Amino acid sequence: MEKRDLVIIGGGSAGMAAAVAAYDKGVHDILILERTEFLGGILNQCIHNGFGLHEFKEELTGPEFFTRFVKQVEERGIEYKLSANVVGVTKDKVVTYFSGEDGCVEVQAKAIVMAAGCYERNAGAIGIPGDRPSGVITAGQAQLYLNAYGYMVGKKVFILGSGDIGLIMARRMTLEGAKVLGVAELMPYSNGLERNIQQCLKDFDIPLYLSHTVTKVIGKGKLEAIEISQVDERMKPIPGTEKRFEVDTLLLSIGLIPNNDLLDKAGIEASKTRGAKVDSRMMTLSAPGIFSAGNVLHVHDLVDYVVAEGRTAGEGAAAYIKGELKPSEEGILTEAGKGIGYVVPAKLDLDAPGDALEVKFRVSRPSKNVYVVYSQGGVPIKKILKLAIIPSEMEIYKLPKNLLKADGGPLTVSLEPKEEK
Amino acid sequence: MAVELTCIVCPRGCHLHVDDDLNVTGNSCPRGAVYGKQEVSNPVRTLTSTVVVEGSGHLWVCPVKTDVAIPKGKLFDAMKEVNAVKAKVPVHIGDVLLKGIAGTEANLIATREILD
Repeated sequence: MEKRDLVIIGGGSAGMAAAVAAYDKGVHDILILERTEFLGGILNQCIHNGFGLHEFKEELTGPEFFTRFVKQVEERGIEYKLSANVVGVTKDKVVTYFSGEDGCVEVQAKAIVMAAGCYERNAGAIGIPGDRPSGVITAGQAQLYLNAYGYMVGKKVFILGSGDIGLIMARRMTLEGAKVLGVAELMPYSNGLERNIQQCLKDFDIPLYLSHTVTKVIGKGKLEAIEISQVDERMKPIPGTEKRFEVDTLLLSIGLIPNNDLLDKAGIEASKTRGAKVDSRMMTLSAPGIFSAGNVLHVHDLVDYVVAEGRTAGEGAAAYIKGELKPSEEGILTEAGKGIGYVVPAKLDLDAPGDALEVKFRVSRPSKNVYVVYSQGGVPIKKILKLAIIPSEMEIYKLPKNLLKADGGPLTVSLEPKEEK
Repeated sequence: MAVELTCIVCPRGCHLHVDDDLNVTGNSCPRGAVYGKQEVSNPVRTLTSTVVVEGSGHLWVCPVKTDVAIPKGKLFDAMKEVNAVKAKVPVHIGDVLLKGIAGTEANLIATREILD
């Protein structure tokens, strides 16, 4: 069996950042396995700008951003294989992949970084009522067709879901000559970043229907029309509120799911995000030496944070390979308290480098004038006032280590309303 | 007339208030003040799109952008010109594919390296 120090699954932003970080920490026997024909991951189709404000202090397009990482990988001579599809990972760190060039190969790794990104929730997942014509596709798939292959998927478009990819596609297809008739969002607030609502919808007078969903798909063979309805507080459509739109395309931007099947099948414990449970170094709790970073762990809004997480995983993997990082039973487990959707990592590791430990989370719903409360063993150790906090923006807080006690019990993040005086 | 708008310089999305004399409040950083003033007096956007690329074995289109932001009202004129541009391999990031797009100072530049 082939042997490698470090195998990285996925050659997108998280995977490349992990490879470069591990290399710079002295681990040079690295193999990146990438399923598609290109390094760069999802940024290959994200031709819009807005990437890199944290990482490079300038605004880049997706391809410009990932090209800088490809150069870092190539400068170091880090080996990568394209069109190499990983089909299996074991807790003993055996990676099985297929490629046209190599056939079926098993590699024994000393450490693994899982960086396989996420996939889109599709029509089947939400069971839209009505016909099943062509013309109903996910926003990311339409983005791939348009930005990588130059094909427009339709001319009269409606978009279900206000996720960022849907908003960006609303602008992109409008600029390419399509008529985007509207965006329907089930929740009473948008799930996209504020800048995208402004730049992609308001700039082009595209209406956003909050608390609305698609209640009927109409078309024999090809999509002819859709019907949307307003929903009540319990998300049930309200009869009599139907609106009909004649469209040839319905884009779905209804959520992203970590592409974590490989670790699931290996029996590695998953968290609420459906990514693996990891510690502060991004090492999985139930399989020492297997790390996880980027959208496969939890879905990010900004690639800059994906890269930072990849780097942490790469540095952790290098330390593990060099025997500097021993799996430990100790550490502080984290919990999502009131108003919090999820917390990453699942365990804070006081031995991790630095004076503070990152706690990342999303709130369950938008709130104003609330405290984010960090409590250990039920005792508040830090309170931070937030004037506004929304689910579409991931929060990152560097929790000073000196506030934490090794034996102080689990850390809970929760929201508390500010007392009105 | 005072204008309320959402800052789009970064993903934070501050709520800006711009008064008649172009004074900006509600911003968290200096870039927000610049944006608020600009957005009310002369809104501009960076245009990103793709152009046909000839001579590549594995890519049909090459992503492009305007090297500086152009007036919002010129986006559709610029798109007409973008759609007539063809690139040839090799393409490097920053290659100028069209100068002075839609009568502006902006150039259309490649944002991807396509060597073969």
